[in-house]
Amino acid sequence: MIKHTNYLSRTYKLPDGHKLAAYEGVGGYKQARRALSTMKREDVVEEVKKANLRGRGGAGFACGVKWSFMRPHPTKPAYLVINADEGEPGTFKDRTIMELNPHSVVEGCIIGCLGIGAHAAYIDVRDELHLSKARLWEAIKEARAKGYLGKRPFGVDYEVEVYVHTGGGAYICGEETALLNSLEGRRGEPRFKPPFPAQVGAFGCPSTVNNLETIAAIPTALELGCEEFSKLSALHDVRDGGTRLFGVSGHVKTPGVFECCVGLTLRELVYDLGGGVLGDAKLLGVIPGGSSCPILRPEEIVHAPDEKSPLHRWHGQSVLDVPMGVDTYRALGTMLGTCCAIVLSDKADPVLAFHNLMRFYRHESCGQCTPCREGTGWIERILDKIVAGEGSMEELNLLHDVASGIMGNTICAFGEGAAMPALGFVQKFRPELEAYVTSGGKSGTGRLTP
Amino acid sequence: MAFALTPEREIELADIFGRYPNKMAATIPALHLCQDQNGWVSPEVVAFVAERCEVSVAHVQGVVTFYTLFNQKPVGQHQVWVCRTLSCALRGADDVLHHCEKRLGIHVGETTKDGKITLRTAECLAACGQAPMMQVDKDYHENLTLEQVDVILDRLKRS
Repeated sequence: MIKHTNYLSRTYKLPDGHKLAAYEGVGGYKQARRALSTMKREDVVEEVKKANLRGRGGAGFACGVKWSFMRPHPTKPAYLVINADEGEPGTFKDRTIMELNPHSVVEGCIIGCLGIGAHAAYIDVRDELHLSKARLWEAIKEARAKGYLGKRPFGVDYEVEVYVHTGGGAYICGEETALLNSLEGRRGEPRFKPPFPAQVGAFGCPSTVNNLETIAAIPTALELGCEEFSKLSALHDVRDGGTRLFGVSGHVKTPGVFECCVGLTLRELVYDLGGGVLGDAKLLGVIPGGSSCPILRPEEIVHAPDEKSPLHRWHGQSVLDVPMGVDTYRALGTMLGTCCAIVLSDKADPVLAFHNLMRFYRHESCGQCTPCREGTGWIERILDKIVAGEGSMEELNLLHDVASGIMGNTICAFGEGAAMPALGFVQKFRPELEAYVTSGGKSGTGRLTP
Repeated sequence: MAFALTPEREIELADIFGRYPNKMAATIPALHLCQDQNGWVSPEVVAFVAERCEVSVAHVQGVVTFYTLFNQKPVGQHQVWVCRTLSCALRGADDVLHHCEKRLGIHVGETTKDGKITLRTAECLAACGQAPMMQVDKDYHENLTLEQVDVILDRLKRS
C-alpha cells in the first residue's frame, strides 16, 4: 500500500531547504539536543533498535544492532563513518538527501556518534557529487557556528566533529572495508573480515559504517519514537520498519525519488509512483534495488506453500505484489538493495541490458581476488561475442559456470553482486540469449531505448 | 621541476591535514587538490604528495592508478563524462555519446585538437532518474536532449 511520508524529504521543497534555518523551522536538531542532554549511550542504542531501521545501503542490517556491537576501547577512539559513495547503478537517493536535506545527515551523525561512543564522523562522499559535498560542508559550518558541533555541542560536554571525505572514483569503495581503506588514504581494496569494523575499522580503531540514508533517518525515528517509526511500515511485524526513499528509473513515465513507508510493492513503484511503463509498453522486467539485485519478471508467481515462509502470505500472487522488504525480497531470490528500481520495457533488448551491466562489473572489479577479476572479464568477453553474433552455445553455458565460480570465492560481496544478476539474466532470459546465438546476433531489437 | 601548490591551496591542504588522525589519510584529498591546479597527476605531483603525506612514492602511485578520477596523463581543459550505465543507456546514453563523438570529431578517451575537450565515459553517476546525463567538469547536466548537448559543447568550445 502506498503511504507517502514527508520526513526525510521534508525540506526538499522548501526555499533554501538545505540551510539551517529551514531545517530548524521543521523541528531540526531537537533530537540531537535531546539525545545529548538527556540520553546515555545505551539508551540511544536500545531506542534505535526498536526502530527496526534496516540499513539503507543494500545489506539491510539493523542499525541499532550494528551500533550495539561497538565496545569502548581502553586506548583507541571510535569513529562513525557514513557511506555516501552512491554508485550502485540505478541508485540516486542519497544524493537528494545531501543536496536538499544535508542537516538531517549532520544531526544523524551527532546522535550516531553518541550511540557508538565516537567523537568524530567522516561522511565519505564520492568525488563526482560536487554539489552534495558543498552542501554537506555548508551544513557542517552552519551547525558548528551555532554551537551544535565542536567541543561542547548544545553546551553538553560531548565533543562531536563531522568531516566530509572524498574518494577517487571507484564503485568498490561502496563496500564498507574498501571505504575504510579509501578514508585512510589507501587503494580501495576490501579487507578480510574478521576483524569486523566494530573491532578494527578506520585507522585501526573501532568503527561503525552506516549508509547515509540510514543516518539521516535517525532524527525522524527519535522524533516519532522509534517504535512508532517502525510501525509506519507494513512490515513492522517482521522487523523491517519505518519509512524510506524509493527510486525508480529506466522505462517509466515519471522517474524519480519518492519517500514512502516500507511495504510499498514493486507494482506501486512502477505503475503509481513511476507513472507506468514508458509509451504504455509491456513490462519486461525490473531490477528492484540497484544492479546487483537479480532481475524480476512480471510473469513470476510467488511459490511459498510452506506456512513458515516469509512469503506465504503472497503465495500464488505476482512478485510485483510482494511488499518491498529486506527479508521478503531475499526470500524471492533477489535483494531489496538500495530500493531504487530500474525498469525495462519490452522495447529494451535484455541481452544488451545484461551486457551493459556486466561491462560495468568488469570495469569496477578491484582486481584483488582472482575469481572476480578474471570471472567478470570472462563474462564480459563472452557477452561481447554473443552480442556481436559470434557466440556459441558452449560459451553461453560457460556464462553460468563462470558466474557460479565467483560466488562465495571472493573477499567481499562484490563477487556475488556481479554473479547474482548474471545468473538471474542467464536463467530468466535464456531463450533470448539462445536466440542471439542461433541467429548470429540478429534476433534482438539491438536497442535499449524505446 | 618540482611541483608546488599555490598559497591558497596550501592553506586548504593544511585544513585537510587537520581532519585526520594521520597524514596518510590526506593522500586522496591532496591528490584532488593538486590535480585541480595541475590538470593531471604528474610524477612531480606524486612526489609532492608522497613527501607531504609522509608516505612512499610507490604508495601514492598505487593510489593514483587504482582510482579512475586521477588523470595519469595530461587531459583537455574541459572533461566531458557521459554516463553509460544501464539507467542512462535505457534513456539514450548511447545516442548522446555518439552525438558527442560526431560533434567533437573525436572518439571516447580522446582530446580535441585544440586541447579544449576530453570526451570520456563514466559508470553510474547517481543521476539515474534524470537520464541521460553527462558531467562537464564539476557540473551535472541531466535529462539531456541532443539539442542541449549541442548547446553545452558549443559553449565549451568557445570558452
